[in-house]
Amino acid sequence: MSLSFNGIDMNNGALVRLIDVHKTYRTGEMEVHAVRGVSLEIQPGEFVALMGASGSGKSTLMNLLGCLDRPTSGRYVLDGSDVSGLDRDRLADIRNRKIGFIFQSFNLLPRTSARENVELPLLYGTHRLTNAQLREKADRVLASVGLGGREDHHPSQLSGGQQQRVAIARALVNDPEVLLADEPTGNLDSRTSVEIMAIFQQLNERGITIIMVTHEQDIAAYARRNVVMRDGILLSDKVVTQRVLAEAELDKPGTSTNNPEE
Amino acid sequence: MRVGSTFNVAFRALRRNKLRSVLTALGIIIGVGAVIAMVGIGNGAKAQVEAQIASLGQNVILIFSGSTTSSGIRTGWGGAGTLKIEDADAIRREVPGVVGVSEEVVSTTQVAAGNQNWFTRIYGESADYFDLRQWPLADGVPFTPQDVRSANKVCVIGRTTATQIYGNEDPVGQILRIKNVPFTITGVLTPKGLSTQGVDQDDIVIMPYTSAMKRVVGGTTLRNINVQVGDARQIEAAQQQIISLLRQRHNIRPGRDDDFTVRNQQEIAEAATAASKVMTLLLGAIAGVSLVVGGIGIMNIMLVSVTERTREIGVRMAVGAHGNDILTQFLIEAVTLSSVGGMLGIIVGIGASQFLAWKFQWPTLISISSIAIAFLFSAAVGVFFGFYPARQAARLDPIEALRYE
Repeated sequence: MSLSFNGIDMNNGALVRLIDVHKTYRTGEMEVHAVRGVSLEIQPGEFVALMGASGSGKSTLMNLLGCLDRPTSGRYVLDGSDVSGLDRDRLADIRNRKIGFIFQSFNLLPRTSARENVELPLLYGTHRLTNAQLREKADRVLASVGLGGREDHHPSQLSGGQQQRVAIARALVNDPEVLLADEPTGNLDSRTSVEIMAIFQQLNERGITIIMVTHEQDIAAYARRNVVMRDGILLSDKVVTQRVLAEAELDKPGTSTNNPEE
Repeated sequence: MRVGSTFNVAFRALRRNKLRSVLTALGIIIGVGAVIAMVGIGNGAKAQVEAQIASLGQNVILIFSGSTTSSGIRTGWGGAGTLKIEDADAIRREVPGVVGVSEEVVSTTQVAAGNQNWFTRIYGESADYFDLRQWPLADGVPFTPQDVRSANKVCVIGRTTATQIYGNEDPVGQILRIKNVPFTITGVLTPKGLSTQGVDQDDIVIMPYTSAMKRVVGGTTLRNINVQVGDARQIEAAQQQIISLLRQRHNIRPGRDDDFTVRNQQEIAEAATAASKVMTLLLGAIAGVSLVVGGIGIMNIMLVSVTERTREIGVRMAVGAHGNDILTQFLIEAVTLSSVGGMLGIIVGIGASQFLAWKFQWPTLISISSIAIAFLFSAAVGVFFGFYPARQAARLDPIEALRYE
């Protein structure tokens, strides 16, 4: 990596740009170098799978990409602006406007309707919306992920796949620049996982940038690009040549019983 | 700009935990209800005492005969018989601002009419007495200054005495025998009820003091003199002048103690209301403790809630909530619980004091200020006990919070 720190072109078109990013945690006397010098560019419209074993630093990198954490050193340029030095509240604003999160365990608010869950990011936005506007926006996004008619269901009344779709709707409601998905299929069976991948691919076709952490090779195969981490650095970064299309998988008979580890 | 949504968020969170919200608010409902009811009872008692003190009359100064010591035995006030009729006349003549003077002698005796008899108190007074004590007649007329000068055998009686002797008959114009002397009843007093000491003030016969001294009580001295001044501002001056006038008349050398005692109504009122003030304060304080306990309940639930909702807080932060948004949300939740509890508590408190007033005939008095104070205090309890849990929530690290199991 021979990128210079000086004269960085903020407008070279990359949506996400990490430049020699380090993250070091201090626990007492111990220093843990979770990320040690990662440089990465992701263009708008990409669908990246970030892979690696546990302890490889991919979760830390994900937290950095999601503006939940700040790098110890190096720079992070998101959508043309440097966010590596922002304070807690500014980072919260960036997350609200530019990033949509999808978690392994869905992280929906319990005893709260699908609609209210999806409205959540709108409540913290800079635009003050009326209850009717909130409702209209949430319902529209829920319909786009195939949950029309289930707006009033609580998470406990929805299947895992449906809950994850609510979470996707929540991530999409503020029209973010990038979707960050952390093991989005980790709690789902294989057929539902493919359904979620189908949604991801549809969204990606519409131009939405997706970064997805996964440790499953066959899930990574739905992405366009696979980045592998080990010991806090990038091990490989390659375009997926044999890309699997989820829609086609769903049309194959018997897909649901396939073992994803095969 | 975000405050409106934060209210929205907080109300949604409270709605999600209806039972818990209701139970938490219950602590405050009981606390505020208790404060309102207890202070209501205390204030009611105080108002009753004050009304009775006011029934002594306005701007009244009481002069009691002193006590005396004879062979080492001390009599009580009035025992010395130091107050003479002439003292009262001198006060009437010489003290400026005096509008009424009533010479008082007191006795208890058996009274009878027809085949009924009754043991009651006999008060000898001047004709000024009814104005001085603001004690109008319900029926008939009072005795006159002429009756006092001539020591006529006339009297007015209280409601209790009237009922005991005459039942439903009209006592006015009837003859009442007191120590076998026939007195003509000229009027019946309006009922006054019980005094602060629990004495039935309507169990009484009032006659000219001259008649009382001559025919019932005997003796030549007064138990006390009631003086009324026209203006409250004159009480102090009048009191001083009465003291110096009486010392002079009784030839008391400087340095020696008075052989009489002067009290004004203000002093009596203060002494009497002091006790009920202490009671109000005590009741209020005990009830206040339950309000504080209710506040601790809120804090407890909010702390549990913050721990239990750690992931929710993480999600909120992930989707863009500032630390302040979280702080405000939890603070609003706490204050909503406490102030809704406060409002319901006011209703409960008013209901409880109405019930006590109805069931036990306790006088209760709910003041607007006690309602306002109870409500503001309950809201303050929410802020005070809600702040710490809210700050705990706001300080959470989003990554840790999202990972929390």
